[in-house]
Amino acid sequence: MRRWLTEGFVLVIAGVVAFPLFWMVLSAFKPEDEIISADPVPWTTRPTLDSFTRALTVANFGRYFLNSVVVALIVVFLSILISFLAATALTRFRFRSRTTLLIMLLVVQMVPVEALTVPLFFLMRSVGDSVPAFGLNHLGSLVLVHLAFSLPFAIWMLRGFVAAVPVELEEAATLDGASRFRFLWQVLFPLVAPGLVATSVLSFIHAWNDFLFAKTFIISAVENQTLPLALQVFVKPDQNDWGAIMAGSTLMTIPVLIFFMLVQRRLVSGLAGAVKG
Amino acid sequence: MTSKGQGRTAFAYLTPALLVLAGLLAYPIYQLVLISLYDYGQEQVSGGAPLTFLGLGNYQNLLGNQQFWTVLGQTVAFAAVCVVGTLLVGAVLAILATRVRTWVRMTLFLAALGAWSTPAVAGSTIWLFLFDANFGFVNEVLGIQGFSWTFDKWTAFGLVAAQVIWCSFPFVMVTLYAGIKAIPGEVLEAAALDGASAFRTAWSVTLPLLRPIILVVTIQSIIWDFKVFTQIYVMTNGGGIAGRNLVLNVYAYQQAFAASEYGLGAAIGVVMTVLLLAITMFYLRALRRSGEVL
Repeated sequence: MRRWLTEGFVLVIAGVVAFPLFWMVLSAFKPEDEIISADPVPWTTRPTLDSFTRALTVANFGRYFLNSVVVALIVVFLSILISFLAATALTRFRFRSRTTLLIMLLVVQMVPVEALTVPLFFLMRSVGDSVPAFGLNHLGSLVLVHLAFSLPFAIWMLRGFVAAVPVELEEAATLDGASRFRFLWQVLFPLVAPGLVATSVLSFIHAWNDFLFAKTFIISAVENQTLPLALQVFVKPDQNDWGAIMAGSTLMTIPVLIFFMLVQRRLVSGLAGAVKG
Repeated sequence: MTSKGQGRTAFAYLTPALLVLAGLLAYPIYQLVLISLYDYGQEQVSGGAPLTFLGLGNYQNLLGNQQFWTVLGQTVAFAAVCVVGTLLVGAVLAILATRVRTWVRMTLFLAALGAWSTPAVAGSTIWLFLFDANFGFVNEVLGIQGFSWTFDKWTAFGLVAAQVIWCSFPFVMVTLYAGIKAIPGEVLEAAALDGASAFRTAWSVTLPLLRPIILVVTIQSIIWDFKVFTQIYVMTNGGGIAGRNLVLNVYAYQQAFAASEYGLGAAIGVVMTVLLLAITMFYLRALRRSGEVL
């Protein structure tokens, strides 16, 4: 009896937690007159793709979607390469200043990146003077900052995965005549893949969700905006096109949701690994 | 290999990371402090006026400003509500999750995963729509059409806090659940054999074993909720009417990019960084004490 009560309660909570997402998808498929109705109902009898069409055509949502994908994928790719090398150095080698570096990695994670908008804005402005592709109004500026923000945590988290690979394996590979380079990319890299997956997901989400830096850096180049800003295009003080907003939100949420679903197990064990160090 | 050779290889591996971190994190941090010491406005940026070194002038200005203290107070209170809410919801659900059948737990985790993975901008707009004065489902259910949740300062803060808790409790729940599951069954059996009650076991066995994890999620939540930006910005349209829903982050942004007071904005950024680093030091000490080694 008590278990039934607990289970009922848990299911109700699950329903409440999932409701906003349900409402988002539902509203994205509702015809416009049902959305701006004074008596909204939690179902629809006339599902339509109108809102998606409006989002993709009127607001050029496809373009922004592509921009977001490009930024996020480049960040993930670069952060995998760089953090893998750095994590290997920090776990497999003993050298002076190793502990100092580790502590700095931890501390730097706690710096509120939001506070850095002002100096980064001016930095990107000067970068843009010599390399326009990485300056203000260009996607390169977003790649740079998100790479920098995702690295400390990625390195920190990968350490545990690299450390878990037995040193004997490296010795065996060396005895078999494998070069250091081959060991690194053909033995170690595949072995830490679960850790790489977990860190890439976090880097991806970081870059994908970013609102602040996209808002700060992409000032006038409308064609280089990313999804979070595009969503803001629809939000007008009085007349919100809620249908298109919900369609856009759906398009923005689904990739992350799929990503999360695919890797949730690895993510949780990865996080636990990171917590345990 | 010699230790010198090791050092050289290690350095080569570290170079890309160090370059990125030095250029895009360390240097901006230095610049942040530097800018905060100058009168740096639109005219200085465009080169129309010379830079004047103010020393701690921006900070004096800030500390003497009533709005800064109001915003700081709001930030702390808002973060406190979010942290307590997140931990409570997360902990209760983690415990309940251990007491239900697998399919019920999976349903809960799936829903939580959805909330967790929703981008902040999307989540904020969904909640705004749900609580919309005229077309929102919540007002329809409560029968209070026309009531604006974002107009009043406190309902606006409450709505944002609820949204923040919604998307951050899953992390706490999943982590605590994993922690509870990781406690060896023998430990609990031993406690039961010794005649400990369920409450006693929870209080004297489970809780102390979970302490390191609880500490980590608490500090992590404090750090996250202290610097909420997107939700406040999107849901209260940039900090509410006349800036009454501002928190430090949004305040700094508005001072810098809306009012073009870059020096002042940087000073707020410094204050926030110092506060967060203080929390981090506490975090590091706590980690050390709980037996973690670097």
